[in-house]
Amino acid sequence: MFSRAARSWVLRTTGGGLGTRGTHSPGGSARSQGKMASYYTNHYAQRSYPMPDEPYCTELTAEQQALKEKEKGSWAQLSQEEKVALYRLQFRESFAEMNRRSSEWKTVMGCVFFFIGLTGLLIWWQRVYVFPEKPVTLTDERKAQQLQRLLDMKSNPVQGLASRWDYERKEWKK
Amino acid sequence: MASGALAKPQMRGLLAKRLRFHIVGAFIVAVGVACAYKFGVAEQRKKAYADFYRNYDSMKDFEEMRRAGIFQSTK
Repeated sequence: MFSRAARSWVLRTTGGGLGTRGTHSPGGSARSQGKMASYYTNHYAQRSYPMPDEPYCTELTAEQQALKEKEKGSWAQLSQEEKVALYRLQFRESFAEMNRRSSEWKTVMGCVFFFIGLTGLLIWWQRVYVFPEKPVTLTDERKAQQLQRLLDMKSNPVQGLASRWDYERKEWKK
Repeated sequence: MASGALAKPQMRGLLAKRLRFHIVGAFIVAVGVACAYKFGVAEQRKKAYADFYRNYDSMKDFEEMRRAGIFQSTK
């Protein structure tokens, strides 16, 4: 019970954030006349929490209140538009609207690539101005001598380095 | 809502269906990966070692290394 209240609080605060990212509002004369819950006191439904605690429109016009009274009776007597109006009173977005995709991934990927590039520039600068001289063992001549020694001692002769060297012809195997 | 236009969606057993799908899939993937490793890596390696040691002459190998001058204890 406590966890549900806490979860509801979390969803209220994140729901406010979700709300600010929303795009067009679903049209409907019933909704525009009712008072809309402000962003900070009513969270919106998500796929993981589809039934919010409070309805979307809390202050209803007389027309909407009449509709709510009619809702208390048999639902078969409601017309299609009335059902949709009741849904819009209760929920801010339909499932299709709630689950729409966004272009956020483009922003994310753009920022990721930007910072990777920036990091590349920083590392380049570091290599030029910070790194000390390379040790002598990393010159090509010394590296060749080390490789020759590895081949002489036949390191990894079964599947590894020395298995790729042709000892008769003194060259790498094709 | 126009009744009769849509088929009734599945209401029950959704978790069981998902679990069955994923358990079967995970089993197949695990067994497949194991078989691929056994034949692609393990058997290959066993064959490579068997081929290498079938006609291996360790004294000849040692003489070659000695002539190359890598040992400290002998020339």
